[in-house]
Amino acid sequence: MTLYILRRIFGFLVTLLIAAAVIFFLLDLLPGDPARFILGINATPEAVAALRLQMGLDDPAIVRFGNWLFGMLRGDFGLSQTQKLPVAGLIADRMAVTLPLTIFAMVISVVIGLPLGILAARHRGKIIDTGLMILAQTGVAIPNFWFGMLLTLLFAVTLRWLPPGGFTPWNEDAWASLRGLVLPSLALALPQAAILARVMRTALVDVSSQDFIRTARAKGMTFGEALWRHGVRNALLPVLTILGLQFAFLVAGTIIVENVFYLPGLGKLIYTAIMERDLVLVRSATIILVLVVSFTMLVVDLAYGFVDPRIRERRA
Amino acid sequence: MNWRSLLKHPGLVIGLSATALFALLALLSLVWTPYPIADISIARRFATPGPEHWLGTDQLGRDMLSLIMSGTLTSFTVGAMAVLIGAGIGVPLGLAAAIYDGPVEWVVLRFSDLAFAFPAVVIAILIATLVGPGASNAVIAIGIFNVPVFAQVARGGALAISTLDFVAAARLAGLSKPMIALRHLLPNIASLIIVQGTIQLSLGILAEAGLSYIGLGTQPPATSLGLMLRDAQSLFLIHPWLSLAPGLAIVVIVIALNIAGDGLRDALDPRLRNRGLANVAG
Amino acid sequence: MSLVEIEKLTISFGGKAAVSDLSLSINKGDRFGVVGESGSGKSLTALAVTGLLPENAEVSGAIRFDGAHLPQDEKAMARLRGQRIGMVFQEPMTALNPLLRVGDQIEEALKLTGHEGDTAVAGLLTEVGLEAQHTDRFPHQLSGGQRQRVMIAMALASAPDLMIADEPTSALDVITQRVVLDLIREICDRRQMTLIFISHDMRAVATLCDRIAVLRGGKLIETGPVKEVLSRPADAYTQKLVAATRMAPRQGEPHVAEKTLLEVVHLTRAFPQGGFWRWRQKPLLAVNDVSLRVSAGECLALVGPSGCGKTTLARMIVGLDSATTGQMRFEGTAYRGSDLPPARRADLSLVFQDPFGSFNPRLSITQSLGEPLRLIPDLDPLAREERLMEAIDSVGLDRAMLARFPHEFSGGQRQRLAIARALVTRPSLVVLDEPVSALDVSVRGDVLDLLVKLQNQLGLTYIIISHDLDMVAAMADRVLVMEAGKIVEEGKPDALFAAPQHRLTKALMEARLPDIAA
Repeated sequence: MTLYILRRIFGFLVTLLIAAAVIFFLLDLLPGDPARFILGINATPEAVAALRLQMGLDDPAIVRFGNWLFGMLRGDFGLSQTQKLPVAGLIADRMAVTLPLTIFAMVISVVIGLPLGILAARHRGKIIDTGLMILAQTGVAIPNFWFGMLLTLLFAVTLRWLPPGGFTPWNEDAWASLRGLVLPSLALALPQAAILARVMRTALVDVSSQDFIRTARAKGMTFGEALWRHGVRNALLPVLTILGLQFAFLVAGTIIVENVFYLPGLGKLIYTAIMERDLVLVRSATIILVLVVSFTMLVVDLAYGFVDPRIRERRA
Repeated sequence: MNWRSLLKHPGLVIGLSATALFALLALLSLVWTPYPIADISIARRFATPGPEHWLGTDQLGRDMLSLIMSGTLTSFTVGAMAVLIGAGIGVPLGLAAAIYDGPVEWVVLRFSDLAFAFPAVVIAILIATLVGPGASNAVIAIGIFNVPVFAQVARGGALAISTLDFVAAARLAGLSKPMIALRHLLPNIASLIIVQGTIQLSLGILAEAGLSYIGLGTQPPATSLGLMLRDAQSLFLIHPWLSLAPGLAIVVIVIALNIAGDGLRDALDPRLRNRGLANVAG
Repeated sequence: MSLVEIEKLTISFGGKAAVSDLSLSINKGDRFGVVGESGSGKSLTALAVTGLLPENAEVSGAIRFDGAHLPQDEKAMARLRGQRIGMVFQEPMTALNPLLRVGDQIEEALKLTGHEGDTAVAGLLTEVGLEAQHTDRFPHQLSGGQRQRVMIAMALASAPDLMIADEPTSALDVITQRVVLDLIREICDRRQMTLIFISHDMRAVATLCDRIAVLRGGKLIETGPVKEVLSRPADAYTQKLVAATRMAPRQGEPHVAEKTLLEVVHLTRAFPQGGFWRWRQKPLLAVNDVSLRVSAGECLALVGPSGCGKTTLARMIVGLDSATTGQMRFEGTAYRGSDLPPARRADLSLVFQDPFGSFNPRLSITQSLGEPLRLIPDLDPLAREERLMEAIDSVGLDRAMLARFPHEFSGGQRQRLAIARALVTRPSLVVLDEPVSALDVSVRGDVLDLLVKLQNQLGLTYIIISHDLDMVAAMADRVLVMEAGKIVEEGKPDALFAAPQHRLTKALMEARLPDIAA
């Protein structure tokens, strides 16, 4: 088991390193001189040269890459070129919105999706299954940001239960912050819940035709009991993979959904950075996103090993 | 597989017909739309649906039906190109990983891990920073995202097939590994790939909408369903119809594609019934 | 007094009857064998008795257990199964939940029937010949035989009146098969338990059971005491099945070794044992320093339990795998396996075990059969056509079948086609990997006859890989017995089987099920 964990962590670090290299060298291809960009067109060549030296821009690319990596390890992501503030702080501020949003959405989609999937599989072929799957089929097809608009129309504009957008910082009024995240999390979660319900149902139906379910029934269980005792745990294996991918998708999805609700999250920051060509900020924000995504994959892999004794011992 | 047996799968027929209807409308927009989409007229803006403008007009007085026809074309084109990129690169990679073990497989798997770590939005961000936003940006971002999906599907399918004796028989007959992949593996995983293709197409259409909505995809004066939603963003509290219409179009197209995909899976290969959807979360 | 009474049972799927109008009566204390080939409906019948039929099955007729109709209510039926019926299934690989320790799975069966107790699990394990330490294992850590013992322990948990064993040994190797059969018999005796034993193997039924029913195509052909039915089968089909269990010894002159066709010299195939510290682990030697010679026109058999390395050896000989050390010489060409030059590959071919996996479903028979012909350079289309005709004629199939696709053929026909493909390049050496074990009993004889005929006609040399000693005795000139990658005994079949020397050969001979008394 230790071996399995070590190997996964090693793979995670390698992926991260290559990802960092891809991001760094891709953005490094861009023409233009950041120093001149910062100082403006009227700066003297001497001033530009001095700033270049100070920013380490004259070093070879590989050295700058190394510096960037080691900086990040110390928590130093560099200075934003346009806002002249430490990038780490900017990103951390925005993450205070994006991360809770992602986690809420994840929890909601699991709490709704998995039980409905199990319910549908339990009654497969019956009317309840058909109904749930039509619902899921629709849910899968709804773009989350558009769903956000619909939710705003209903709950914020018509019913006036919740704020239509904006965000109160956590330290001012945590209750208001929470209320501000309800609709965005729902918008993100429901299409995901539909996917989860479908995957859960498919996995469970698949498992239910396996021999060990028949064995459990032969022991004296009804189909439902056998499915619950032996099926769900086995069906969770494929579902875990999807959960990992979904978390990644949700992180990316927040960037889009933030727009609907005017939330000051990571997406807004990145969009501004792109428009203002703030490379340091884009670079750091993307590597953070990649980090979160790969870390989720790592957690899923480890969870797999935890659930399935065969994987713990698998060679190769 | 003949046409008659296709008809036994009502889902496939319904899904394909609905998809074909939208595709035809989209293609029609190349030669004809009720009104030119660049036709701006403040005088007739915010018209409600009626005999003159079936779906009303937007804040610039453009005909919504024309916009949706043209936007659907963009959405389909972006989604389809992204599938072509994904399958075109991913399937050969997956096959290579399946037939050559050792270093080739290792490289493909690591590449696939790496690509999975970059959600389409992140790729789009990088490309937008490099070359600026645009529809081709969305194609590349979604396409790259599709690559590891197809690679995994192709590799998984090919590995399952390659344990069968007819592959060993082909090796005995002196076929080279690429020949075996072409003659024996590819035809037997084709249905898997087609089914995955429909899933990725519908995901691509959703992703294009998202990217255009945040301004990283299609740019004006071209239009796409996502861009229409972006334009309607600031107005949707007052004029909900402007966002309802394109949104519903996306939902219906994606549902049609998914139904067609499910039907196709059942019709082509009943064994796949319980698989699929595995990559839907991307 | 009958424990199970089946009356006019009909099971159909979508209007097609899989079991029709079947009536059987199984008395308390019977060991009742149900025999049939694939598609005979024997397993469905067992599932019907236990209420485990698939949901889409349409059932009519009546089944009474201990005088009472089977309950319609799902829960009541489930409890009846749990309390009074124990079941053992065919596939020990998949019949256990891979995520739970086997001890927990057995305990669960005990709990469901209220027989739990600290010693109960240990007691059951002992009864089926496992040790207490096995409780903490996961299914994948046990061998096939051990898993089947776990299944039996679970079936016994409720001290059932009836045990249903559905092909419990057909996925096991010969020696384990016999051990499990003996275990079942012993337990039935000790517990005075009624047994329904479902099998395609007449000899297993003859060994284990006292009453028998023969099914074919969902219909009852014949039933009665085993001794009567098997010694005086009334129906032609039963006669055929009984006859198929006896193989006529090889006819004709014994083979005289002349010219050596294939020579295997100190051949070893090592597989690295995976794992993180792979360089620290000893490699697994699937084939360990094997040397042998095959002379032209000979029929050589390789026998041994599963995992003994016989298939790995065969794969190297035909060039699908390469030796780690050592080499082979085929008519003077030295090779290690995959490096066999294409020109020589035409002289060597392989017939696979599974006739269903050995043809690409997307290619026509012409395409599949013609594939090996690319090994022969400069074959013009006419000659190509001729070769295909010749091959399909030689296996006794119609030329028109060339245009068809694999799914249109039965298992026996596919195996004929596989032989035709092996012959299309006119090879001198054909390796046969379990050529009939995946086929129904009644067609095995035909395929074997065909192989003998072809050998005589074309002067072929055969290497047969098998675990079936009777088949080997009927076909082979010489037998090699393999164990753990080494050849442990060699001899002519008559002499070898009459007086086995090595422990393994003796064990194989002992595991052989007795012939059906004529």
